[in-house]
Amino acid sequence: MSAIEPATPTSPASAVAGGAAGAEAKPDWPLGGTRPEARPPGEPRRVGYLYILPAFLILAGLILYPLGHAVYLSLWHWDGLTTGTWAGLENYADVVSDPALRSSFAHALVLLAFYALLPVAIGLLIAGLVARAQVRGLAFFRTVIFLPQVIAMVVVAVMWRMIYEPENGALNELLRAVGLGSLTQSWLGDFDLALPSVGGIATWVYYGLAMVLLTAGVQKIPQSLYDAARVDGAGPVREFFAVTLPGLRGEIAVALTLTTIFALRNFDLVYITTKGGPGDATSVPAFEVYDRAFQTGQVGSAAAIGISLAVVIFLISVLINRVAERGAR
Amino acid sequence: MTSRTEQTLTYTILGLFSLLALAPIVGIVFTALQNPDNVNAFGSFDGIHLGNFKDAWEQGNFGSYLKSSAIVTVTVVVVAGTLSILSGYAFGLMRFRGSGVLFYVFLLGLMVPMEAMIVPLYYDLRDLSLTDTYWALILPQIATSVAFGTFWMRAFFRSVPRSLVEAARIDGATSWFTLWRVLLPLAKPAVLTMTVLLFMWTWNEFLLALVMVTDEGLRTAPLGLSFFQGRNTSNLTLLAAGSVIVATPVVVVYMFLQRHFIRGMLSGAVKG
Repeated sequence: MSAIEPATPTSPASAVAGGAAGAEAKPDWPLGGTRPEARPPGEPRRVGYLYILPAFLILAGLILYPLGHAVYLSLWHWDGLTTGTWAGLENYADVVSDPALRSSFAHALVLLAFYALLPVAIGLLIAGLVARAQVRGLAFFRTVIFLPQVIAMVVVAVMWRMIYEPENGALNELLRAVGLGSLTQSWLGDFDLALPSVGGIATWVYYGLAMVLLTAGVQKIPQSLYDAARVDGAGPVREFFAVTLPGLRGEIAVALTLTTIFALRNFDLVYITTKGGPGDATSVPAFEVYDRAFQTGQVGSAAAIGISLAVVIFLISVLINRVAERGAR
Repeated sequence: MTSRTEQTLTYTILGLFSLLALAPIVGIVFTALQNPDNVNAFGSFDGIHLGNFKDAWEQGNFGSYLKSSAIVTVTVVVVAGTLSILSGYAFGLMRFRGSGVLFYVFLLGLMVPMEAMIVPLYYDLRDLSLTDTYWALILPQIATSVAFGTFWMRAFFRSVPRSLVEAARIDGATSWFTLWRVLLPLAKPAVLTMTVLLFMWTWNEFLLALVMVTDEGLRTAPLGLSFFQGRNTSNLTLLAAGSVIVATPVVVVYMFLQRHFIRGMLSGAVKG
């Protein structure tokens, strides 16, 4: 039913749980090929409406209505106080043409490398190694490497500001201690370095997610495939490209989708570390939404960015899962 | 079989990345324990001064921030969790007209990011005079949580053996009785996973609190920390102590229930 778990009966989740037997919740992937089955479950029950009613009312009032309101607001020039003027699609045109907004989307694209590509690469490296050896204490490593995920992004950002601090931050101290004092930098204050420095924090947070997802996937690849590859005389590298990588297609898609969504929604990290600075070297779309709506009085523009962001997130998720689905056939 | 060098390489790399994950966290804990009267640098260890936490709690106002976070989080998790069980039950085990379309509406709620809703949400709630109240933090998060929770619980109820539900029905049990007495005992692991995820997401939410709340007494823990940093960048130990206080509740729950965190987050779960 789920597009990203091709031919495998167990979910990555149950692999993590030590293969706990079947009856666990195993939701289908929210963004992929989920569709209600042709055969509806259960017997006809009108009472179903009653069970859904409270949740639906809350959803309608606090997500659907605001969403419609956002679309409406995005069609006006409005400073939040005085009467607005009709803008039509100008705010959306600005998303493409306004240099400040263009650069914020370009920054998000750069951050994708740090949010998605690097963590998945690290995850693949570890998964490739784990595939070949019986690793004792893997559960322990997993717990530790996953830990940054659960810490509030605000705390992570405060912590890394201390590390990046130019005067006595841990990173520059470390460089001095190993004799590389010439490399010390104002990590978050430099126009060229600020964006990669923020990205580095994201890599630190998300490689654990990729690693856990991919090692769980590796454990579902049948051992016979590895045996066959070895009989054919494949070395570790060939084995990785011939067995491990294709076997992990679904997990890679999940990891890329999740981290891409996190990258595009990145607000907390930028707000705490740089506030988009220096200049606008680290501005990202989610930060522009906040800044324009609540600081510089461009409510319509902020709403248009928010809607565009939602659409982009939706499209990327669908696209990545389509690619994974096609590859699996 | 794999060679000894390869085995060593595997452990070295796993160890390296574990160390990399832990080092900043250990660093901030050490910093939080430093003697505040010395010159402080991130990560160095100079004894254990637990007084920093007391100072952060009182001077830094973290006691009040934690109280706000607790009120918001408990309300959101309890209400959203209960509503999700009800709606997930209906979507998972009942057949009624339009259930497919309705479920897509819930999926939509799951995919809309907070960043897209925050602007109208602010003006809507302000018109209702709800900004600067706990309601402005609670209601939107119940909505996003219910979208996820419904999705999660529906998947669980679909996995329940049909014979069980049919047997209960033949015995004359109402749908209400079947849900709470027959199915819920089976649902404990699924409910627990949902609960820890909702707890973590709600506890860590920042943007909503930043926009909705100006009254210091209503600030949640992450929001309080960001303001504390803004007015207090020179005092490293107190800032570190505050950070540790904010992160600790989720980390402690993670220590005990890490399988649930990992299982939930690996399922591809995101909240709007």
